[in-house]
Amino acid sequence: MRERGLRARDMLRGDLEGEELERYVEEKVVMTRFEEMLNWARSNSIFPLTFGLACCAIEAPISIVTARYDLARFGAEALRASPRQADMIILSGRVSIKMAPVVRRLYDQMLEPKWAISMGACSSSGGMFSNYAVVQGADKFMPIDLHIPGCPPRPEAVLYGFTKLQRKIQGNPDQGWRARYKAEGTEEWARGGPRSEPSPEAVEAYERARELIRRA
Amino acid sequence: MAKSLQDSASSAGGVAAGGPRGAEGRPAPSTVGVAAATGPADQRSEVMTVNIGPHHPATHGVLRLVVDLEGEVVRELRPVIGYVHTGIEKSCEDKSYWKVIPFVERMDYVSFFFQMEAFCGAVERLVGLEIPERAKHLRVIFLELNRIHSHLVWLGTTALDLGAISMLWYCFRERDRILDLFEMATGQRMHTRYFQVGGVIEDIPLGFERKLREFIAEMPVRVGQYEALLDRNEVFLQRTKGTGVVSRERLLELGVTGPLLRAAGEPWDLRKAFDYLSYSQFDFKVPVGTVGDNYDRYRVRLAEMVESTRIVEQALDGLPEGPHIADDRKYVLPPRSELSTSMEALIHHFKLVTEGYRVPPSEIYYAIESPRGELGCFVLADGSAKPARVHFRDPSFVNLQAFRDMSVDGYIADMICSLGMLDPILGGVDR
Amino acid sequence: MPDAPGLELIRGEIDQRRPGAVVDTSFDNERAVLVVDPAHLLAVLGWLRDSPGQEYAFLSSLHAADYLPAEPRFAVHYELLNRDRVERIRVKALLADPGDEALPEIDSCVDLFPTAEFQEREAFDFFGIVFHGHPDLTRILMPEDYVGWPQRRDFPVGGEPVTFTYNERRYG
Repeated sequence: MRERGLRARDMLRGDLEGEELERYVEEKVVMTRFEEMLNWARSNSIFPLTFGLACCAIEAPISIVTARYDLARFGAEALRASPRQADMIILSGRVSIKMAPVVRRLYDQMLEPKWAISMGACSSSGGMFSNYAVVQGADKFMPIDLHIPGCPPRPEAVLYGFTKLQRKIQGNPDQGWRARYKAEGTEEWARGGPRSEPSPEAVEAYERARELIRRA
Repeated sequence: MAKSLQDSASSAGGVAAGGPRGAEGRPAPSTVGVAAATGPADQRSEVMTVNIGPHHPATHGVLRLVVDLEGEVVRELRPVIGYVHTGIEKSCEDKSYWKVIPFVERMDYVSFFFQMEAFCGAVERLVGLEIPERAKHLRVIFLELNRIHSHLVWLGTTALDLGAISMLWYCFRERDRILDLFEMATGQRMHTRYFQVGGVIEDIPLGFERKLREFIAEMPVRVGQYEALLDRNEVFLQRTKGTGVVSRERLLELGVTGPLLRAAGEPWDLRKAFDYLSYSQFDFKVPVGTVGDNYDRYRVRLAEMVESTRIVEQALDGLPEGPHIADDRKYVLPPRSELSTSMEALIHHFKLVTEGYRVPPSEIYYAIESPRGELGCFVLADGSAKPARVHFRDPSFVNLQAFRDMSVDGYIADMICSLGMLDPILGGVDR
Repeated sequence: MPDAPGLELIRGEIDQRRPGAVVDTSFDNERAVLVVDPAHLLAVLGWLRDSPGQEYAFLSSLHAADYLPAEPRFAVHYELLNRDRVERIRVKALLADPGDEALPEIDSCVDLFPTAEFQEREAFDFFGIVFHGHPDLTRILMPEDYVGWPQRRDFPVGGEPVTFTYNERRYG
């Protein structure tokens, strides 16, 4: 506050120069570059896809659009049934191995730019179900922009996650753990990174394990 | 209105004589192959196979229906399930008995207390544990609150499917009040893991009773308001009356239980038939329908909501003092206050938390009345601390077999209505 | 529930009509259990359903269990219910594991109890038990091309064995 007061005094005196002057102008004068305005508009008018898998589906998409936890006040009132008309998919619930290709196809049908929120523990990481039937995290087959922990997360948690996504869309993301700990390239679906393709030993071990099951 | 439709259809040269709806308002039987001979040449009907789901706004979860349609009439229907199969039963074999409880409650994710009761009741019978009276009443209170919750979710989503979108908001307003009660008592809105083998994990807090009484006083008024919204809505009545009728005998053959069976006229309710918990102490009616169409199913569930409110009120009035969980330290965790004073309590706590209690080799099938029908739990114990098999006879899984009978030779719009009134929860169907 | 003497009476009546059908009876946790020979399963179920005085016309649940390492390994349970007398009885059919590539087989009771349709498919999906006479015996909950019988006791929980030496010794 004090700093701003001093700068204002300098401005009035005509004393701000060079870089300081540029920064002052950027902050005070509303210079909307087209992208910023576009991102602001996008974040405040997201069309979510009506997509619910399991228990989290009762909390979202059903409970957060109801009157108490209103998603409409963030601009996301128009829930669309068709993926071609939606921009955001909330994976609410456990993704089973039978459903995973279906979800991927839905995600592919959505138009750019699109975002995915993985809601709850089950879609973020397989949750409590570390067994043969659940994909251990939707990250394994599609890019996820935001993970919301909880089982099921409270609707307020989902709304907080939603506002974080809005900030990310506006180009002002909170730093995720991958940036903080310099762990880029560890995404399981990322191609071309240092750990993207499985090593030949890992492939062979996997094949041997499949053989064991087939024989057992 | 129906008559003029009929006239216009027959004057336009409909597919079968008498228009698409016969004299009784039902679609005419299939004329594939016959139309080519009798009808006009441009009115051939062919059977088209349409895939509905698994992602569809009206399928109440990830249900996939492969439907053979002739025009708008459903000729054959095949549900494909398994899209949210989670392997819960297999995971349970890997966990000690008290760790199974949170797994098992996530099957039918709207009526979570019922799965807990089915499993805890089964294990209590296996080990021969008697639960105290207060725990029985508390369990009944939470079970009936969960029944109201399940019916509210059903009513909101089904009315949404049929176009009465406002019902969603009103039902979920009440649902949020019930979830507030759950959160007050257990700390979690859904999936509370409140029931444990031996009773309930914690006693109800102060202020719970007052808040619950406020809710009980208001709930029948709200149900009256829902009735007022829907019961005189001509579109709703036209869509639900006379559609999706299956005879009582066929439903019994298909193993259907719950409100579907009661709507068809069979007064079968496990709460009255097999007296479990303390249901015999409460005075409540079992609503039974007459025709067995979708309208009856709707009315039966609404009446059940009112009856559940009465049960909760009686249970709350008659709530005895006493422990909220059994005393047997071999199966029940000791209260934390004892851990600092008693050595045996510490040893029991350690044993229960690390390995868990062992159940002698035996098997049991225990069934209760969930909002969808008979929820049965089969537990096979092999003497170790982990169950050897936990299987749930889920009511939605068996009730789904009746869906084909409800929809075949009806319109596809009636099929959507029947699906809503069938109330499947795919978490229970797929487990 | 038919009590222990009632259960023995039932066994006696079945033995008169079909000797050798009932292999064993037991009465655990207040439930009467008839253990039958799978070859006579349909006859026993039909008799329990139709004969006056029994009339267990409602099949509550059909499920399978794996009793590994006990032999015979698999059992198919039929929970029958008589709604008028409010009585339950359980019929168990024990099936042995026929060895490496073959699957245990039993007759399907879909003609007697149409409710068994989905439930037998589920038992096939999870245990590999083949029900003869079932109209459409395909996988119901797992994807159609899945290899393996998930609910068997020797199938690892994760679908593939974790590479611990304990598991290598157990499965390798």
